[in-house]
Amino acid sequence: MANGLVVADYRYGFSKPENYVFKSRRGLNEDVVKQISGFKSEPQWMLDYRLRAHEIFWKKKMPSWGADLSKINFDNIFYYIRPTDKQMTKWSDLPKDIKDTYDAIGIPEAEKKFLAGVTAQYESESVYHSFQKKWEDMGVIFTDMDTALKKYPELVKQYFGRSIPAADNKFAALNSAVWSGGSFIYVPPGVSVDIPLQAYFRINAANMGQFERTLIIVDEGAYVHYLEGCTAPTYTTDSLHAAVVEIFVKKGARCRYTTIQNWSSNVYNLVTKRAFVEEEGIMEWVDGNLGSQVTMKYPSCYLVGRKARGEVLSLAFAGAGQHQDAGGKLMFLAPETSGEIISKSVSAFGGRTSYRGLVKVIKNAKGVKCNVRCDALILDELSRSDTYPTMQVDEDEVMIGHEASVSRINAEQLFYLMSRGLSELEATSLIVNGFIEPIVKELPLEYAVELNRLIQLNMEGSVG
Amino acid sequence: MLKVKNLKASIDNKEILKGVDLMVKPGEVHVLMGPNGSGKSTLAQVIAGHPAYKVVSGKCSVDSREITKLTPDKRAKLGIFLGFQHPVEVPGVSVFSFMRKANKNPQSKIQNSKSINIFRDELKKYMSELKLPEDFLRRALNEGFSGGEKKRNEILQMMTLKPKLVILDEIDSGLDVDGLQLVATAIKTFKKNNPRSSFVLITHYARILKYLKADHVHVMVEGRIVESGTGRLATKVEEKGYQVWQTV
Repeated sequence: MANGLVVADYRYGFSKPENYVFKSRRGLNEDVVKQISGFKSEPQWMLDYRLRAHEIFWKKKMPSWGADLSKINFDNIFYYIRPTDKQMTKWSDLPKDIKDTYDAIGIPEAEKKFLAGVTAQYESESVYHSFQKKWEDMGVIFTDMDTALKKYPELVKQYFGRSIPAADNKFAALNSAVWSGGSFIYVPPGVSVDIPLQAYFRINAANMGQFERTLIIVDEGAYVHYLEGCTAPTYTTDSLHAAVVEIFVKKGARCRYTTIQNWSSNVYNLVTKRAFVEEEGIMEWVDGNLGSQVTMKYPSCYLVGRKARGEVLSLAFAGAGQHQDAGGKLMFLAPETSGEIISKSVSAFGGRTSYRGLVKVIKNAKGVKCNVRCDALILDELSRSDTYPTMQVDEDEVMIGHEASVSRINAEQLFYLMSRGLSELEATSLIVNGFIEPIVKELPLEYAVELNRLIQLNMEGSVG
Repeated sequence: MLKVKNLKASIDNKEILKGVDLMVKPGEVHVLMGPNGSGKSTLAQVIAGHPAYKVVSGKCSVDSREITKLTPDKRAKLGIFLGFQHPVEVPGVSVFSFMRKANKNPQSKIQNSKSINIFRDELKKYMSELKLPEDFLRRALNEGFSGGEKKRNEILQMMTLKPKLVILDEIDSGLDVDGLQLVATAIKTFKKNNPRSSFVLITHYARILKYLKADHVHVMVEGRIVESGTGRLATKVEEKGYQVWQTV
C-alpha cells in the first residue's frame, strides 16, 4: 500500500477574496503593537503588557528542542487584520463572503443542532457572536476577548497572563504582544453549562498570523465544555498560528476543552495551553491535530489543589511534509492529585509524529496517581514516529504508569476487511479510525463524524 | 460457479498447493477434509485473494471470470465470501460500522438506498437467529469475542452479504454442540433463501454433516485433492483417518 505519494487536496482548501477594513503592515515592531492596542482602544495596562511582551519576544530564543521552526520569517507576517467594523450579533447580519466560508464548513447546521452559543472567529477578530439568554441569566459570560476586555476589565486583568506569563516561551510572548480575538468564558459558582460552548476559527489571509487569546474561568463547583474546531484554506506562503489558552478551574469545578484543528499544510501551529486546577477540580483537554506544517502543542494541567485531576487526550495525524509534535504535561503540585495522558498518533506518506510529554511530581505530593499511554500507528516506510517522555518524580509515595506502542497496519486486518468488499483505502481508513476511537468517542457525535471524514480525506489518493 | 484447475500456490517460496482441481456448481455443498497442513486453508485463502500467497500456475475462476489477479475486495464483489478460521480482531471498529461499510458493496442485496434503520433491523433479525446479544453491534469487531461468537459473527456477515460462493474454513471448530446447531440451521435457512449460492465447507470432522447434507466430499492431502466422493467418504475418514492417502 501507499505506493502513491499524492496527498489529497484539503476539502476545505479554498479561500475567499480578501476584503479588510484594516490590515497592519508586515513585520513586527513597537509601533505595530501600539497600533493594534490603539485601534482597539485598550486600557493603558494592556498596552503596557503588550509592550513588555514584545520586548520579551525579541529576547527569547526560538525553541530548538522540538520541531524545525527555522523557516518562520517574523518580518513577513501580518500581525493584525480586522475584517469588519463592528460586532455582529445575528447570523443574517454577517457579510456574504464570510457566511459562504462558514457554510462550506457547515456551521449553520452545527448551530441548528445543538449549539448554545457561538463565537465564530474570522481572521483576527470575532465578528459573530450569539449566546443563549438562559446562560446569560445564570451569569455565564461567553464573549470574545476584545469585548471582555472592554466589558469586564477587572475580571480580565485579574487572570490575564496569570497561568501563562509572556515570558513562558517565545510564542506565548508573541501572542501576548499582538493577541487579537479568542474567547472569554466565565462560569459562576455552581453553574453547570450543559451544552458545549463552541467557536470556529479560520485563517483566511496569506501570510497572516492568528494570535487568538482564550481565557476561561470556571468558578467553584461549576462545569463547562468548550469546543473549538478549525479548518483553514491552503496558501502557498507560511502562515503562523500562535494562540494562548489559559484556564482556571476552581475548587470542585470541571472544565473540558475540545479542539479539532485542521490547518492547511503550510501553517505553523504553535499553541500554549495551560490549566490551573484547584482542589478536587477536573480539567480535561481533548486535543486533535490534523493538518498544519508543524504543530507544537502540549496542553498542560497544573494540579495545584488536593485531589485535583487532569486529563490530556491527544490525537495527531501527520501526512506528507507535516510534523505533529504533540503530547501533554501534567504537573502534580499537591497531594492525592491524579492524571492521565493518552496519546494516539498516525503518520503517513512521509509525515512525522512525535509524542512529547512531561510528568512532574514535586516532593510531598503524596498519593499521586498518574497514567501515561502513547500509541503510534505508522502507515508506511516513509513515515516516522518518536516518543519523548520525561518524568521528574521527587516523591516516593506515588503510582505512575507509562505504556507506549508503535505499530503498523496489520496485513491480516487489511485482508480480512478487504475480503468483505472494502477497498484498500476504506479498509485502512477503518483501521485508522478504530485506532483513534478511544479519543474520538470523547467527542460530540458531530465532531466525531467530521473527524472520521477528515481522516479519510487525508488518506485519499495515497493508498493503492 | 467455481472452477479451480491445476492450481499451484506458494508462500515464501514454499509450494503449498501442488495442483488442485475443484469444480463447484451453483447451489452445491462441498466438504473439503484433510489433515493439518494439507493445504485446505491455503486453498481458501488463495481463492479469497490473500496477498501473502503467490499463484505459481493454474487457474481459478468464478462464473467464468479469472480471479487470480484480482484484489480481495474485487473478489468479494464477485460474490466470494470466506468465513475465517481465525477471524481477525479490529480494535475500535464496531461490528455495526464494519457491517455498514461491507454492505455498501453492490454485490449485497442491501443497497445504500435502504435506510440505516432497515439495515439495523435486518441485522438484528439475523442476530436473534444466531442468538447474538443485543449489544453485539456496538462491540469492537472480534475483539474479546468468545470462539463461538467469532464464528457466529462470520455467519452473520454471510447472511447480510448474501454471497454466491461461501467458503467456511473450520466454522465448526470452537463451537459447542448448541453453537454448531445454530450455525448449521442458519446455513440451511440461507441456502433455502439463496438456492443458487454454493458452499465449500472446510473441516476436520464429519460432525457438521449430521446437520448439513453434502453433495460432494473431497479429501485433501499434501496440497492435492486425492479423492472425491459422497457423504460416505466422510464416514470413511472419520473411521480410518487419512493414513490411506498419506505418502509419509
